Amino acid sequence: MNNTVKPKKLKTDTKFEIIRFAAAIGISISLAFIIILFVSDDPMLAIQKLFLGPIESTRRFGNVIELAIPLTFAGLAISVMFKANQFNMGAEGAFFIGAVMAAIVAIKIPLPPFIHPIFAILLAGLMGGIVCAIPAVLKVKWGASELVSSLMLNYVFFNLGIYIINNKLRDVNAGAMASVEFEPSAMLTKLVPKTRIHMGIFIVIVTAIIVYLFLNRTKRGYDLRMTGLNMNFAKYSGIKTTAVILYSQFIGGFIAGIGGATEMLGMYSRFKWQALPGYGFDGIIVAILAKNNPVLVPVAAFFLAYLRIGADRMGSATDLTYEMVSIIQGVIIMLIAAQSFLAKYKQRMVVKEAKIDE
Amino acid sequence: MSDILAFLSNILTPDFGYSVLRVTTPILFAALAAVICEKAGVMNIALEGIMLTAALFGVIGSAITDSLIVGLLFAIAGGVLISAILAYFALYLKTDIILSGIALNMLTVGGTIFLLSAVSGDKGTSTSLQSLVFPKVDIPLIESIPVLGPILSGHNILTYVAFIMVLLVFILLYKTRLGLRIRAVGENSDAAASVGISVKKIQVIALLLGGAIASLGGAYMSMGYLSHFSKNMVAGRGFIALAAEAMGQATPLGTMFASLLFGFAEAFSYTMQSLSIPAEFVRMIPYLATVVGLVIYAQTQMMKKKKLKK
Repeated sequence: MNNTVKPKKLKTDTKFEIIRFAAAIGISISLAFIIILFVSDDPMLAIQKLFLGPIESTRRFGNVIELAIPLTFAGLAISVMFKANQFNMGAEGAFFIGAVMAAIVAIKIPLPPFIHPIFAILLAGLMGGIVCAIPAVLKVKWGASELVSSLMLNYVFFNLGIYIINNKLRDVNAGAMASVEFEPSAMLTKLVPKTRIHMGIFIVIVTAIIVYLFLNRTKRGYDLRMTGLNMNFAKYSGIKTTAVILYSQFIGGFIAGIGGATEMLGMYSRFKWQALPGYGFDGIIVAILAKNNPVLVPVAAFFLAYLRIGADRMGSATDLTYEMVSIIQGVIIMLIAAQSFLAKYKQRMVVKEAKIDE
Repeated sequence: MSDILAFLSNILTPDFGYSVLRVTTPILFAALAAVICEKAGVMNIALEGIMLTAALFGVIGSAITDSLIVGLLFAIAGGVLISAILAYFALYLKTDIILSGIALNMLTVGGTIFLLSAVSGDKGTSTSLQSLVFPKVDIPLIESIPVLGPILSGHNILTYVAFIMVLLVFILLYKTRLGLRIRAVGENSDAAASVGISVKKIQVIALLLGGAIASLGGAYMSMGYLSHFSKNMVAGRGFIALAAEAMGQATPLGTMFASLLFGFAEAFSYTMQSLSIPAEFVRMIPYLATVVGLVIYAQTQMMKKKKLKK
């Protein structure tokens, strides 16, 4: 009897999750429609660009994939930390420092091709890991909230990175603030003609697989998930939760650092960022959409990238601005994360299924 | 050496004291909002977004109506709207309050730019809008005291409101029925519920009240500190306010001193720009000071707990 009931219950849950997702996305998109209708002079064009803009040419679709790469890295980084129930926002700073580190290696350290980017990316990962581990250490040693300290440290690391670029790597002949050009040996090869899709796509897929295996097939991954589910329970069952807090955030930062380096070496030939790129925060959107599941992270990243490129097309073709996308994103996150959203509906679904069982 | 002397003479001036109060103002408003929310047991991460929204709404309101009061009301309405969304999602739809706050912060960063460009056609600043600024006030008698006068007098009216607000929040929390209820809910929500207090209702009130107070800080940013709105202008002050509230142990007076400390760090970083230290390092100071402050506070809390256990 138990055997037949259990899978059914699971199925109802999954079904419900899918409905909830669809509803959340549907509501947000409808909201976008309403805003467009109110604000735009040419609403039909705006809607068309928003939804079909990303597939109007190879180049545009290439943009979606290019953007999905850093979003996946960021989503994976945040997922690992959220899985351990650590609200560390340092992925933003780690991503930035990773990119700076990659620029340093790409400019200052001559290495043969192939080894050059690998070295740059791994070093960037290490630096990113350190960035995210600092709030973790502050929490473990002194009990300071990792949320606030990591938010503050993002500003610190941003300024540190800008200092390095400005004073050590700057190209004085470039008009705007930018570093000198990277050594060609350090840059990641482009893969698809007419787009900028680069080798980073393989790195990100491998990273996602490793994160999945780590979380689901290793002891440390198990410890991490248990700590996230219930810290006290994990402690009493002999898991070293302090270690988990530290290494979960180090790993998260490591992934973000790799992401920053991959983005820098894949998409740019010199360092040009003058503000935090925001990928760390985007990672939160991706992680929530993917429910912290590393297998779903690339899918969620693709969805978000599609939405962003659509909004970008809409922004350049109509009188609406790209930033409208942040309204859609915000509403999607809050609805998906809302436990009681459609809870009554779920209740009804469960009751109905139970009646059928009888 | 002469650098350092010049620097010291820069700090030991009434101007420096004046600028401490000036930069403390927005942090103090937001930190007091954080105090009320914290006392009611809800963490308001959205202060950043609330201030940003209020800053833009204030500018738009005053530009449309050419009235400062209406501008202020717009600002408060904008901030309270964001708080209301936070309250609805966190308390009624049971979204994690930290996630809702983060989502709202992201939403408002883009949302304000979207609204700004829809209203003014500009995506960066609101300088094309004829918005108003809150007046500066000279305080009679005090203004003529040497040293102290130039520090305390001649501030934006909202700066004085911020410090008066410390007293008002104190009275609210410790001398009114509502304050008692807020504290009861935050202290032990089950106990509060058992004597017939509606926990949810009190928390909604705290979030909305906090939103209104933080909105004053937002209005100050665009209609006092600067005379226009510019994108992302709150620049982490909402987060610094959370640290100030934590350091001030959620008491109005303690929070005021913590806010002054962070205001001091910020003013200090402006003065440091006269030294030959790279600007990037100078800009880190307020944020680093916040981290250090947070750690010191958290450590004293931990020591207290350990002592209690013994």
